[in-house]
Amino acid sequence: MGHAFLAILKRDLTLALRHRSELANPLVFFVVVVSLFPLALGPEQDILTRVAPGILWVAALLAATLAMDGMFRSDFEDGSLEQLLLSPHPPSVLVLAKILAHWLATGLPLILISPLLALFLHLPGDALGVLLATLALGTPTLSLVGAIGVALTVGLRRGGLLLTLLVLPLYVPVLIFAAGAVDNAAAGFPVAGQLYFLAAVLVLAATLAPLATAASLRISLG
Amino acid sequence: MASHTHRQPAPAAPPGPAPEGAARPWPADQPAVFEAVDLACVRRDRTLFEGFSFRLAAGELLQIEGANGSGKTSLLRILCLLALADAGEVRWNGVNVAEDRADYLGRLTYIGHTPGVKADLTALENLQVASALAPDTAACHPDDALAAVGLAGFEDTHVRELSAGQTRRVALARLLLQPTRLWILDEPFTALDRAGKRRVEELLEAHCAAGGMALITTHQPVDVGDAAKTRIHLGPEPAAMDEAG
Repeated sequence: MGHAFLAILKRDLTLALRHRSELANPLVFFVVVVSLFPLALGPEQDILTRVAPGILWVAALLAATLAMDGMFRSDFEDGSLEQLLLSPHPPSVLVLAKILAHWLATGLPLILISPLLALFLHLPGDALGVLLATLALGTPTLSLVGAIGVALTVGLRRGGLLLTLLVLPLYVPVLIFAAGAVDNAAAGFPVAGQLYFLAAVLVLAATLAPLATAASLRISLG
Repeated sequence: MASHTHRQPAPAAPPGPAPEGAARPWPADQPAVFEAVDLACVRRDRTLFEGFSFRLAAGELLQIEGANGSGKTSLLRILCLLALADAGEVRWNGVNVAEDRADYLGRLTYIGHTPGVKADLTALENLQVASALAPDTAACHPDDALAAVGLAGFEDTHVRELSAGQTRRVALARLLLQPTRLWILDEPFTALDRAGKRRVEELLEAHCAAGGMALITTHQPVDVGDAAKTRIHLGPEPAAMDEAG
């Protein structure tokens, strides 16, 4: 089972590396959206500092949603998904490997580039660590929850819009608590509560989302 | 990546026996019965088939024929639990297979309409993943499996650069990786040349001789030597069936 998990993880990372341009899409989107705000709002430091947590998180969330659609698409089209479900290994474990690979390819780069963008927006140095922590806890949750939506819509020809409508409401709690935490940190307030909440949601999503995703895939293929 | 081009003429299927028959994970005389009982399938308010039953014993091959749209693929997907039947059940040795899904899936290899091969991986990488997904450690090395389907020399070629028939062969190589008792193949001869078709027939014949079972859909005549072969027609029986088609 561990062997199958690693094989799927390795396969998906290899595929992601061979499609570097697709990999860059959400990252470029993230950078472009965030860097447009200083141009639109003007370079005043007060305004930018005030809106930076919200902008960074909204942009990260939209970039993650943009990347979500491709999670099972090619596997569905070439029949690999059938083979995944036909394996005697638990499908939830294999699905978890796919979600992890997808997050490593699309979520992790967002986290790595975010300090630079925080600098654009004059985010205070104290808040930077909290921003990274919320992204590290929040983006995997987005991938896990999004995977359920992707699995439900993978059989539809134009599932993109439906997927967005389906998963965005589920992303709202993550957005509220993550942006709130960064806001608090920028203002010098404690953030432990929000971070604990994000961690709890991540644990919950990591436990239940693979099961729900595997079940959804079975429905979509059936 | 370009090094394979000068080897293009090589892949004529070697006629010699492949490494199958080596390690079967089941005792040769162990009885096994695969049954479908009163299966029905309704798609979009149209009844594709109902009351469909068959019984397949060890060493037998079942060929399913039927017009386009008669539900052959739907039937195969029901048999491997990818789709739900609207009525009836599938049994392995008399037990409904839905009761122990993992055990049943460990006994079957399904090669569907879409080959389940990643275009951006090499042939070898594809088989390595397939062998990791198999129930046990593979009985046959991916290299040998590729050689057995006539793809020696194409191990490191990206599947995108292979022809449709070669892609189909990569998928068929999965049959050799991990010998499972039940093979369910949807149109296995699609895109294969004459040598390729012959090779698959040999594999089927050896599989049945070793006590395996196979269920295939195809319109082409299948020659599997001495293996017991049954043909079932799915859907309304046309007055004069095109035997050659």
